Amino acid sequence: MEKRIRVLVAKPGLDGHDRGAKVVARALRDAGFEVIYTGLRQTPEQIAEAALQEDVDVVAMSILSGAHPHLFPKVVDLVRGKGMKDTLIIGGGVIPEGDIPALKEAGIAEVFTPGTPTTAIVDFIKNNVK
Amino acid sequence: MDIAQELLNGNRLALSRAITAIENEYDEATEIMKALYPHTGHAFVLGITGPPGAGKSTLTDKLAREYREQGKTVGIIAVDPTSPFSGGAILGDRIRMNGLTLDEGVFIRSMGTRGSLGGLSHKTADAVKALDAFGKDIIFVETVGVGQSEVDIVKAADTTMVVLIPGMGDDIQAIKAGILEIGDVFAINKADHDGADKLVTEINMMLDLDGVMKEWRPPIQKVIANQNIGVTEIISLIEKHHEHIKANGQLTQRRTERTKNEMLDILNSGIGSYITRNIVDNGKLDGLVKDIKAHKTDPYTVVGNIMRSMLK
Repeated sequence: MEKRIRVLVAKPGLDGHDRGAKVVARALRDAGFEVIYTGLRQTPEQIAEAALQEDVDVVAMSILSGAHPHLFPKVVDLVRGKGMKDTLIIGGGVIPEGDIPALKEAGIAEVFTPGTPTTAIVDFIKNNVK
Repeated sequence: MDIAQELLNGNRLALSRAITAIENEYDEATEIMKALYPHTGHAFVLGITGPPGAGKSTLTDKLAREYREQGKTVGIIAVDPTSPFSGGAILGDRIRMNGLTLDEGVFIRSMGTRGSLGGLSHKTADAVKALDAFGKDIIFVETVGVGQSEVDIVKAADTTMVVLIPGMGDDIQAIKAGILEIGDVFAINKADHDGADKLVTEINMMLDLDGVMKEWRPPIQKVIANQNIGVTEIISLIEKHHEHIKANGQLTQRRTERTKNEMLDILNSGIGSYITRNIVDNGKLDGLVKDIKAHKTDPYTVVGNIMRSMLK
């Protein structure tokens, strides 16, 4: 069986750097996943369309700028709207604990804040991917 | 969803799902390919190869835009290496083609080599067919460009473009097996760097020395992809080659070769799966190895027996 878990690592919004996203990308690769990384300054529309074309199992977003309350739910809506009902959508970056319940309400399966071991992300994906 | 039918109707999600089924060897993949096959054969397939960092993806992005200006629809398959240790991959070609993501006439799919020796496999060829059946006019297949995969690209494409950059150390690099033999068009990218003209001269000299009398002399074009310089010239050279192989029957010849190779590849893959299922996975292999090690039998006898039972 040739199936690999495919993950889109995406940076919505106007973050200035992607060091964290790249660390996660490498960890996911080392865990045997195929990681598509689309770089900085992605719009929600670009992220959702890339997710469709690449038929990813997971969309993993990173935001440092504080725009997550707006951009994360927007991406969820667009991805679901394209017919990708089972795609696991997760997030990380600089996200206050207090914001997390609302994000989960909006369809983000889990949020991984700074200090989380990358193994936690890998395990969550393996356990929750459909 | 009837993936094949939806794909033929222009459903992008169906196209995406079809490629996934192909990649992962899902049971329905064979049925999908059978349904799509009659609708293939129209797209022009352009192979792009070259060493890492040569600017293949950037150049692909620019070429795709030009074709879009001409009103053509474009499919791009970007192949990156899978780690032989972890089985994972960073598929990072898409990052250079961000501007094309929201263009409805462009479909980009990243694929890992997933252990395929040559870098390309019949799965890539099948993914090309899916894009072809979907209606794409031009399909780019962009690969890693090291060693064997360069030769595989030739098998998958109508026209092959090799992208090189100056300053890659020893000029001997350019004459190593494969590169010069497979290029129909050469692009010297980052041509504003030192050594660009020297590289053009060196490749020309190598092509001059080429013992085989070829009727198509591969042109060499300097480009600076990220400044969009030389891109229009490259397109016209590609078109020239396309016209050339159409006119002299080579296009048909190449596609016949391609069909033959794909068939053999699928056949070998099928045999391999059979062996894995019926001898490796069910533990039979372990028993056989034990017998061989105890000198009760030998590998050749064992294989002979397996072959006889397989072919019954």
